[in-house]
Amino acid sequence: MVDVTSASVPPVLAPPVLAVEGLHKSFGSNEVLKGIDLKVAAGERIAILGSSGSGKSTLLRCINFMETPSAGRIALDGTSIGVEGRGGAITARSGELRRLRTRVGMIFQQFNLFPHMTVLENVMEGPVTVKGMNRKEARATAQDYLKRVGLSDKAEQYPQRLSGGQQQRVAIARALAMEPEILLFDEPTSSLDPELVGEVLDVILGLSKEGRTMLLVTHELGFAYHFATRVLFLHEGRIHEQGTPDEVLKNPREERTQAFLRRFSAFHF
Amino acid sequence: MNYTFQFGEILANSDLLLRGLKLTILLFAIAFSGALVCGLFIGLARGSALRVPNLIATAYIEIFRNTPVLVQLIWFYYALPALSGWQPSAFTAAALGLFLNTSAYCAEIWRAGLQSLPAGQWEAGRAIGMSEWQLLRRVAVPQAFSRMVPAFTNRGVELAKMTSIASTITVQELMYEAKMLSTQTFLPLETFTIVAVIYFVLIYPGTLAAYALERRLNSKGA
Repeated sequence: MVDVTSASVPPVLAPPVLAVEGLHKSFGSNEVLKGIDLKVAAGERIAILGSSGSGKSTLLRCINFMETPSAGRIALDGTSIGVEGRGGAITARSGELRRLRTRVGMIFQQFNLFPHMTVLENVMEGPVTVKGMNRKEARATAQDYLKRVGLSDKAEQYPQRLSGGQQQRVAIARALAMEPEILLFDEPTSSLDPELVGEVLDVILGLSKEGRTMLLVTHELGFAYHFATRVLFLHEGRIHEQGTPDEVLKNPREERTQAFLRRFSAFHF
Repeated sequence: MNYTFQFGEILANSDLLLRGLKLTILLFAIAFSGALVCGLFIGLARGSALRVPNLIATAYIEIFRNTPVLVQLIWFYYALPALSGWQPSAFTAAALGLFLNTSAYCAEIWRAGLQSLPAGQWEAGRAIGMSEWQLLRRVAVPQAFSRMVPAFTNRGVELAKMTSIASTITVQELMYEAKMLSTQTFLPLETFTIVAVIYFVLIYPGTLAAYALERRLNSKGA
């Protein structure tokens, strides 16, 4: 009998906050995900790597049902989302999806801030409209989160006055304001000018110190190394290799992973 | 060119024209406010991926856009009672016809306006758990509306002028009173000149207000 209260129990034995089983996703005849199995324990930080078309963004988008899985199962805290419908695709009620999305936040490559709202209103929007929090309380929380991403002084600005890096930090604050259990980052720095990448990565690294469960799709290998507790390498819709950052990024076993990493280290100076 | 305009007699009867003007404004107000709201729902159905709502909305829009509004009003006044047994008053028939006609145009404006919103905006709203209705109310409509104001203005101007067609089914609005007045006084030139001025004075401030609204919405962030 395993003593589950003991601190020596490895975290993988704890019930996974997120479980993905046999996940398939096709767009028309194009099968992008070909069976993904993934268990995520609370507090894990997972970096998802892979060349374009490997399915890494699609995997992330299936987790909060931005894309509906063609087959398979997504479970949060052991509870499956939706039911298997015709042909294996999952059908979920809209109310269930809304609850899922308040628990699983997402940050997009293109920030997608609401341009008709100020920075503060962007962050307040979820708590007020979705959670029904009163405006005064929501304002205070929003200001807290803006402080966390270092943008207190921009609260009354409209997003288009902000740099890309600042916009992405607001988007992170907007997601945090919903107090999600899991955060999904979909290439959060890919559309930023190189000199703005650092400020966003700093914020994400700051979050990782708080023990949040996070999944991050990225091309920033150096960042993935410092950020992640586990690295997944996706190839052609499957998890090709996974392990600690040291295992996958420094000593990859698979040839595909090695080839992928070589392309990133082509230039040394 | 030795015709002498005699505005005096028409102006002496201006109370008739003003009485007609009231009905014109009422027709416009009912039809336009109804069409703006109803158009949103038809537009949503028209833009929907669901087959049945889409088909119904498309049929509705095409029928009302591709038949003359004069025929539609006559149909509501004369044919509808024959079919349904319900005889609407001339005013009701005209208001109904103008409302349904304008709804069809407004539906297309809504659909195009909402579809112009970047996909990322819908996704961002969904990602924080918004319902489709919340998305529409908080994200889509506030952004798309400023872009739709010019098109709605056009529609409003068209509708204001279209109300004159109601005179053909005996609604005693401005054009009806003008026709009566011109036959009583034998002064059609004067009557319709004054009526043209009244329509202009009625419609032009609305256009100006729409320009102002458009500027205000455009200056506010988005």
